[in-house]
Amino acid sequence: MTLRRHFLKGVLGLSVAAAMGSAAYAQDVAKIGLILPMTGPFASTGKQIDAAVKLFLAQNGNTFGGKKIEIILKDDTGNADTTRRLAQELVVNDRVAFLAGFGLTPLALAAAQVATQAKVPEIVMAAATATITEASPYIVRTSFTLPQASEPMADWALKNNIKKVFTVVTDYGPGIDAENSFANKFKAGGGTVESVRVPLRNPDFAPFLQRAAEAKPDALFVFVPSGIGAQFMKQFVERGLDKAGVKLIGPGDVVDDDILAGIGDVAIGAITTHHYSAAHDSAANKAFVAAFKAANGGMRPNFMGVGGYDGMRVITEALKKTNGNTDGDALIAAMKGMSFESPRGPIQIDADTRDIVQNIYVRKTEKKDGELYNIEFTIIPMVKDPVKAAKK
Amino acid sequence: MLTILFDGIAYGMVLFVLACGLSVTMGLMNFVNLAHGAFAMLGGYITVILMQRLGVPFLLTLPLAFIGVALVGVVLERVLYRPMYGKNHLDQVMFTIGIVFMAVAGADYLMGSSQQIIKLPAWLQGRFNIGGVGIGKYRLFVLVVCGILAFSLQWGFTKTRFGSRLRASVDDARVARGLGIPVNRLFALTFALGSGLAGLGGALGIELMGLDPSFPLKFMIYFLVVVTVGGTSTITGPFFAAMLLGVADVAGKYFVPEIGAFIIYVLMVILLIVRPDGLFARGRA
Repeated sequence: MTLRRHFLKGVLGLSVAAAMGSAAYAQDVAKIGLILPMTGPFASTGKQIDAAVKLFLAQNGNTFGGKKIEIILKDDTGNADTTRRLAQELVVNDRVAFLAGFGLTPLALAAAQVATQAKVPEIVMAAATATITEASPYIVRTSFTLPQASEPMADWALKNNIKKVFTVVTDYGPGIDAENSFANKFKAGGGTVESVRVPLRNPDFAPFLQRAAEAKPDALFVFVPSGIGAQFMKQFVERGLDKAGVKLIGPGDVVDDDILAGIGDVAIGAITTHHYSAAHDSAANKAFVAAFKAANGGMRPNFMGVGGYDGMRVITEALKKTNGNTDGDALIAAMKGMSFESPRGPIQIDADTRDIVQNIYVRKTEKKDGELYNIEFTIIPMVKDPVKAAKK
Repeated sequence: MLTILFDGIAYGMVLFVLACGLSVTMGLMNFVNLAHGAFAMLGGYITVILMQRLGVPFLLTLPLAFIGVALVGVVLERVLYRPMYGKNHLDQVMFTIGIVFMAVAGADYLMGSSQQIIKLPAWLQGRFNIGGVGIGKYRLFVLVVCGILAFSLQWGFTKTRFGSRLRASVDDARVARGLGIPVNRLFALTFALGSGLAGLGGALGIELMGLDPSFPLKFMIYFLVVVTVGGTSTITGPFFAAMLLGVADVAGKYFVPEIGAFIIYVLMVILLIVRPDGLFARGRA
């Protein structure tokens, strides 16, 4: 590795001396290996991020700090073994300066070792389990963490006279993260919690919702991967839980902007805490949403899209700061503590944990101009990931 | 409590409609058709496309899903399946699992990988209470439709000329052929019927089970459990097996959510130990 770097430095020096002014030499290019699930059950994540990355480059040009950005998009189909192989190939064969993307927690973790060994920054644009950034000192996250989105929900519920909550989460990493962080915080505040976990491959929510109905809670806290959200919401209403006065609360995945229109009116009234809504009221967001829709046939950006967009911003800002130096340690140092105004609001990369610090918004799903949106009504400013904050 | 029973029965009914076609092809034609779920998925997608793109009302899409898939069934039976009848079971399994993978990839390519969402008419949404038992309207609808189907299938199978010819062909195809029964045509018709039923089940199941390209793989296990437990020689066998499976699955997830997903497998193991030929095995010498 060091041999290669010395060699590269040598080449760089030589070519700077020999070939000033002529463009498109390999050393003037910074390649980004973008690994996303473009097919398979999580393809919507891939499509959102891919579209956001393209939009960012279309808006900002493709040269930063003297380096021309080149995106190499790879499809890992949501399979962690494939992610690892692709990450290796990108690092070894294509000599990428950045690895980016990562639609799901296991996929982000699969590439962590590659990032560490190759000293290549890994920009996590989607995966949301709290511990991911601890897997490698080269991981920087621009999405969110589930505890970050779930804990504020507990505070909000306690303040709004919700005493008893029934939680339904999908039985895998992020679901367990969401359940634990919510339940701990809520119980500490004096509430009572009952929980069930739903298998990841679950055809029918009926039995779980029936249990929830009989527990007669004030609110039902739910986390399911966003694609399944529609089915869950429908059955929630079909079972009459909304009429029984049970509030639907949770992190925003269940009312994902991407599928909200498909869920339909049953989503109205859901209270969720999340870091991004396409209805976020700011000039930056309005411009982002309009440009995103125009470039993608009217598709609405969701929290995955904004994660990809901000990921590109982090990458390119870092390149500017280092003046095009693609040394992994220098880039990570440049990213630490970086802060800017994103379409979702102000965000910062925590200098200690390399995780994102951002506003969490409490939103209610409502109909606006004939379309469903998650309308933000309370801001909890600059929330750090509570799991890592508690470890200190 | 009764609500759980009701949900379970409705779920079982859909499973029955989905799986009975499989039991027919497996039992009557001695053909292992793992691609059965692909037919069900096709039915689901027909409904989705008709509703989303063409605005056809839900009720009308159901018979169309049945007919559409049945037609595809006829064509495929003619072109692909018939040459496989004489082959051994391993070949058939390989062949049909190949079709499943092609169907999964094809659906992904054409329709995208996300869950499909349909909007039911208002009169099928919501629920009502009878004596404290909450009953979902859509589930009741499913239950009635599938109940009528099951009844008419049983009747058609045992009481009509078509049924008796079919049973004769299955018992001994050569003798049946000798007696002038058009065995090939009969099988083609049966195959179409089975596929059509799968398509209908797929359409009915969108709301309960969801629909995405991995559908045939996700539910293959359920179909096979129904057929193994129910036996393949009757309609009643798979019917009760599907009921049992539906109720056990829903009740299991309700009472012991931690292991709920495994209950049906435990049940299957026990049943197969006690009655290795299935619940209602007809004594065959």
